[in-house]
Amino acid sequence: MEIDPFIFRLSIFILSIFVGYYVVWSVTPSLHTPLMSVTNAISSVIIVGAIIAALAGSTENIFETSNVFGFLAIVLAAVNIFGGFLVTQRMLQMYKKKKNK
Amino acid sequence: MSANLSALFYLISGILFILALRGLSSPETSRQGNYFGIAGMVISIIVTFLSVSNFGSGFIYVLIFLLIGGSIGAFIAFRIPMTAMPELVAGFHSLVGLAAVFVAISAFLKPEAFNLGVVGNIKLASLIEMSLGAAIGAITFSGSIIAFLKLRGIMSGSPITFKGQHFINLILGFLIIFLIFYLCNSQSTNIFWSIIVVSFIVGVLLIIPIGGADMPVVISMLNSYSGWAAAGIGFTLENTALIITGALVGSSGAILSYIMCKGMNRSFFNVILGGWGATDQTKSAANIEQKPVKSGNADDAAFLMKNASSVIIVPGYGMAVAQAQHALREMVDALKKNGVKVSYAIHPVAGRMPGHMNVLLAEANVPYDEVFELEEINNDFANCDVAYVIGANDVTNPVAKSDPQSPIYGMPVLDVEKSKSVLFVKRSLSPGYAGIDNDLFYRDNTLMLFADAKKMTEEIVKSL
Repeated sequence: MEIDPFIFRLSIFILSIFVGYYVVWSVTPSLHTPLMSVTNAISSVIIVGAIIAALAGSTENIFETSNVFGFLAIVLAAVNIFGGFLVTQRMLQMYKKKKNK
Repeated sequence: MSANLSALFYLISGILFILALRGLSSPETSRQGNYFGIAGMVISIIVTFLSVSNFGSGFIYVLIFLLIGGSIGAFIAFRIPMTAMPELVAGFHSLVGLAAVFVAISAFLKPEAFNLGVVGNIKLASLIEMSLGAAIGAITFSGSIIAFLKLRGIMSGSPITFKGQHFINLILGFLIIFLIFYLCNSQSTNIFWSIIVVSFIVGVLLIIPIGGADMPVVISMLNSYSGWAAAGIGFTLENTALIITGALVGSSGAILSYIMCKGMNRSFFNVILGGWGATDQTKSAANIEQKPVKSGNADDAAFLMKNASSVIIVPGYGMAVAQAQHALREMVDALKKNGVKVSYAIHPVAGRMPGHMNVLLAEANVPYDEVFELEEINNDFANCDVAYVIGANDVTNPVAKSDPQSPIYGMPVLDVEKSKSVLFVKRSLSPGYAGIDNDLFYRDNTLMLFADAKKMTEEIVKSL
């Protein structure tokens, strides 16, 4: 009997939750704000779905309703990707160690 | 690009995202981690282009929209003041939520493009996944909007409660589940739209009863939701990168919510059900004036601190509001010149989001190895000469340790009162967010400095 591919995806999902659990506990509390902004940025990988949605269908009519939703999602996700990574970078630049005298 | 190859690349993206979070375990590795994250994102996007391989006019439009969104995002990222970080994060969460809703709608309208079947006959599993993704996305969206409005001060931070609130939420929650069942049977477009609309309403209703100081929990929770929404869409699109990321973000947000709840000694449900800030403030206000309070001015404070050998600074949300972090750093510099040892004590729920105070201090060039968490520094108060409390209140209240009747009883607090003297910068004696009087104000070793946090700190700098 063959295993449904869904089961594989579910396995990846559940294992990733465990990975996330251990990785996030190891994040130092002083970096919790950058953690939120970077998780926000990476969750915008949903742009993958948005691109597929935007480019789906015939090449003649690229602005069907489903494409339009795809394009809108691209804009939203792009705001997040650029905004999220850049603001994280900006914050992380500020964390400095004590200067040794 | 073959589906197998792109799946492998998505896996690589997923791993890079894990490394991005892993990097945050220390400030040294964090910047590198962020580059891993960016690399993962770039790989995902390029692989998607290659696997769709439709480089017609649509592709140009995709690039244009990508650039539009990207420039808006970059503009915001460079312009936003650090004090506005909580509302920025809330705003960004709402965008992820809405993007998830849009992708789900698009997949529902054109399932062929995603190999999910045809309109009117979408695979059952996909239908469940996409409607869950859309529902969680919609809740994330409207909930984050409310959180944004509250943090921004456009909407009052006080909880909005009404009779039967929880009952209505419960009914709406069941309604969503029922609608998803019904959708699976009927494949009806209208049902799909209703799921989204009901979820928008649930998002609003969930967040309005939660008060301003509970926002750290709310933001973390919405962070978690945005992850689960992304994972739901990931299952629909059968995309590993999205599934991994969704799980990472989901568990990250959940852990942060847990840490925040623990910092307040409250259960998650207690926070979510809300209404805590609505305690009767007038009652405690009545007996405030009767107790004697010592108050001083900037010169007194400067004198005390200059002659101290160690000072611990306790910042809170008030410091963020007054934008006092730079003045504070100047004060600390002046103290260090006098040979005073200075460190900072951060309570887990100080501020409006996890790590809020740390970012503000970092912005003011405070080295991160002078900043300590509650457990690390709490024993040091007993050996410290002066505790300088700036903009914090409830997190220093000794009542949490002594009075089982108090609503904050059991909450971990900074043992500020153990230091030889306490300087408490505050505009008035009004109770903190929890609506309870702070016993610390009336202690013999407490000197109240009634002023705006920034002004007072600047004056102290002058007299130092």
